[in-house]
Amino acid sequence: MLGLPPFEEVIAAHGAVVLRVCRAVAGPDDADDAWSETFLSALQAYPRLAAGSNVRGWLVTIAYRKAVDRIRAGRRAPIPVGTLPERPSLDRELSDAGLWRAVAALAPKQRGAVVLHHVGGLPYAEAADLLGTSEAAARRAAADGIAALRKALDREESI
Amino acid sequence: MTNPDALTRLLGAERDAEAEAVARLRARVVSQASATGLLDVAYRTLDTPIGSLLLAATPEGLVRVGLPNEDQARVLGELAARISPRILHAPARLDRAAREIDEYFSRSRHSFDISLDLRLAHGFRRSVLHHMLEIGYGATASYAALAAASGSPKAVRAVGSACATNPLPLVIPCHRVLRSDGTLGGYAGGLEVKQLLLALEARPGDGL
Repeated sequence: MLGLPPFEEVIAAHGAVVLRVCRAVAGPDDADDAWSETFLSALQAYPRLAAGSNVRGWLVTIAYRKAVDRIRAGRRAPIPVGTLPERPSLDRELSDAGLWRAVAALAPKQRGAVVLHHVGGLPYAEAADLLGTSEAAARRAAADGIAALRKALDREESI
Repeated sequence: MTNPDALTRLLGAERDAEAEAVARLRARVVSQASATGLLDVAYRTLDTPIGSLLLAATPEGLVRVGLPNEDQARVLGELAARISPRILHAPARLDRAAREIDEYFSRSRHSFDISLDLRLAHGFRRSVLHHMLEIGYGATASYAALAAASGSPKAVRAVGSACATNPLPLVIPCHRVLRSDGTLGGYAGGLEVKQLLLALEARPGDGL
């Protein structure tokens, strides 16, 4: 019988990707709380998860919702790219905070598609379900989001 | 213009500093889970003279001791299937059990004073384990005597399987059960471990 692995393994395997999703959606300052809420809520529901489920996709979905809730709560709106103190570049020295702030500044549909697909690794079809849109529209929104990110990051670089 | 592939790779890439942040956040979740009753099984490992033990506890008490020859990942997988998959590495919940086992190996402790959760043993096996708990430090009993004490004098082989499947070896002293002729019989953790434990208990005490 193939059962659910101990939750400890789930955190070890997926803690980092959940953190990136939280940082990309809620921004670096609210990401920690979104991460904790994600894993506490996942731990509560975990025994009811069907064995063999895509645990990563399940967690990314929860993390995205928790992080969006944090933004909606309005405690701290994402900081617009224009006010960045850092200058993001695409080499490995890039400030993650800068990148995540740029992602957070995208239009909501674009941000959702970029985060769920490129950061969280969800297929477009699953990202589309979560965003309440079609697979084609999610694909388009992700492409538009990447284009907008490139523009924003290049603008920062050329200052 | 930045390369879109480099950008998408970067969005999905692991970061060096993440492991540290995840470890810090994980500790926070473990203590919150413990405080809110979401932690069904806590575990830790413990280095002892016989090797690394796995200790696991439910809120009711110590539920499993994994001997050094057991695959710890497999033991945890079994606990996930048989008790609950809400399993976290939470050493603080096992501080007391770990301390008492340390004291046992340093021969300053002869009996354990921790609550036990026997949910992994059922029926006759469970009642055999209860009787096993009455065999004192340094003493031994035969499989046959234990069968008689458990109310089924003919169930000697069943006593053997109760020993072999004891979820809490060391703490429930199946190592003190021998054949009627005084030979060792079996031990799930390996006969050399059984011998070592019996020798440890036979040495004159110095700590008490």
